[in-house]
Amino acid sequence: MQLASMPFNEIRLDRMSRSFGALNALRDISLSIKKGEFIALLGPSGCGKSTALNCIAGLLSTTGGGIYIDDKRIDQFKPEDRGFGMVFQNYALFPHMSVRKNIGFGLKMRSRPKAEIDTKVDEALALVRLQGQAEKLPGQLSGGQQQRVAIARAIVIEPPLVLMDEPLSNLDAKLRLEMRAEIRRIHNQMKATTIYVTHDQDEALSLADRIVVLRNGAIRQVGTPHELYERPAHLDVAEFMGFRNRFSGKVVSRQGERATVSAGSFSVSGTVAEDLQPGASAVLAVRPDDVTLSDGAPGGVPVTVEAIEYRGREYVGIARTPDGVEIIFHADHAAAPGSTVSLSIDPARALVFAA
Amino acid sequence: MTSSTSQETTSFRQKLALRGIDGVTLLVLPSMLFVLAIFIYPFIHGLLLSFKPLREGGMFANYITFFSDPYLYNTIAATLRLAVPVTLLSVLVAVPVAMRVRLVRRQRLLTTLLVLPITLGTVLVAQGMLNYLGPQGWFSRSLMLLHIIGSPLKLTNNYWGVFLSLIITVFPFTFLLTLSYVTGIDPGLEKAAATHGASAWQRFRHVMLPLLVPGLAIAFCLTFVQAFAVFPSAVLLGAPSGPTRVISIAAAQAAFEQYDFTMASAIAMIMGVVQLCIVLIVLVVRNLFYRGATSGGKG
Repeated sequence: MQLASMPFNEIRLDRMSRSFGALNALRDISLSIKKGEFIALLGPSGCGKSTALNCIAGLLSTTGGGIYIDDKRIDQFKPEDRGFGMVFQNYALFPHMSVRKNIGFGLKMRSRPKAEIDTKVDEALALVRLQGQAEKLPGQLSGGQQQRVAIARAIVIEPPLVLMDEPLSNLDAKLRLEMRAEIRRIHNQMKATTIYVTHDQDEALSLADRIVVLRNGAIRQVGTPHELYERPAHLDVAEFMGFRNRFSGKVVSRQGERATVSAGSFSVSGTVAEDLQPGASAVLAVRPDDVTLSDGAPGGVPVTVEAIEYRGREYVGIARTPDGVEIIFHADHAAAPGSTVSLSIDPARALVFAA
Repeated sequence: MTSSTSQETTSFRQKLALRGIDGVTLLVLPSMLFVLAIFIYPFIHGLLLSFKPLREGGMFANYITFFSDPYLYNTIAATLRLAVPVTLLSVLVAVPVAMRVRLVRRQRLLTTLLVLPITLGTVLVAQGMLNYLGPQGWFSRSLMLLHIIGSPLKLTNNYWGVFLSLIITVFPFTFLLTLSYVTGIDPGLEKAAATHGASAWQRFRHVMLPLLVPGLAIAFCLTFVQAFAVFPSAVLLGAPSGPTRVISIAAAQAAFEQYDFTMASAIAMIMGVVQLCIVLIVLVVRNLFYRGATSGGKG
């Protein structure tokens, strides 16, 4: 089963918009998705990512812009005429049909011959490793198995595009990791063009070829997982990518990529992510992994340790600056709560954004 | 010694609790008394009464009389001829209406309008229909005025009068039941079916309908039982000595014209058995279909 034969090159969203009355749930979403690409739509709840997916699926009509497969405009098509596959958050398996019938549903609706349906369903069952469960009803399966059925049902029709709406959010943590690897494996095998909606940055980073970060219905940044992880373009994207420590202040000096921000009683240096000149208000953001105990080296941030947790390979601590800013840091040895220590921040890994 | 007794009582309580019986279970008592007094006792009383005929011929005399007199036993067929088509039509119409109403925004307003006939009562509906659909009613006169028909349509005092009034009084009930079953189906299933290529008709045929069958069977049974007990409209709008001589009329005549309560009880029992048979048939058919959750995933 290969999708390579599907005759198209790209799926293009051209200023796709959707408003509910005065509320703009989606604003001018433009994106070009190459065949075989795995795109993650990432953002906090309410950012419009599910709205975007439903618009692409045709379950929700757009109020502006267009959706194209190559040059064919499809945004006026009914969902059943778009020929996409979709995996729902709550699986939405047909409870009265066996696993086999669920998976074969799309093929049956397309009036394919029974022999072809049987062969393709068998292949799909093998792909999601559910060969022994074909005659069971969905209610007899575990959550992870149900989600496999939902994935098989979506890809068996060999759609030009597979849409996944937070498919792992109903699973427990362990199963979520397993299914994540499973989705990755199936994608590597099938090369199905996929749009995957999630609010979990780990999922997006591990699965996607490209991540689209949405906020308030608009695209904030598009990039590879590496680009987004290392160089988020905006503070809100950075926060989403784990830059949990923030220092607000003013830029006091700048040399090339390096800027120093004075934040109250101390100053810290980082790499500029946006064009900032001395005197501008700025926020320096850094991940907890990049803040460590400096053990007396000069230029550190003086803080009081509030709590420290043992995490096996390292310690994670919470500390507070004299100005009351909370900082989460990593350390290779414990520091006593209540003690005053100095933290060093790797300037190459700290980013300075406009405030 | 005392401790062992108290332990025994505790364990007895625990046993009861394991079966879900505790102090709260006592709250069932008032309703049980009510059911006993209002339903079980009269039922048994009537059943026994039906075996004590006023006429000669042993304890089954009433039943033998009923099944040997065509004027009596034909009432079963006459009632079925009304109740089965009325029930089928109500259920068949209720499904598409409910499918549509579930998508309407002002659902409550529409539902209220549709349900209004329930509150009117059969006699009022019959009275209104006599005025409106009778030979001198607006309906026939308007049609005659427009020269669509030459002589008044005969829509009352016959089968169709009873048929129409039954539909009017029974449909809202069927509709409400059906609406609750239709809205109980996870809307995500239809979306899933649509994205996987099912047209509106295919979605109904392959997803909605199979999940609705158990509910529709119940709706059919409850509607049928109501329609089978038709009485006022059969008298007021029908031909109570002819085609709409339904079984309840036979029972009423036995009780209040011939003052033979034993015969009336026997007819009531026969009525109950016929209803039970139809309900059982429907439930057996229902068991051939899927019965289970109507949502597509973990709740």
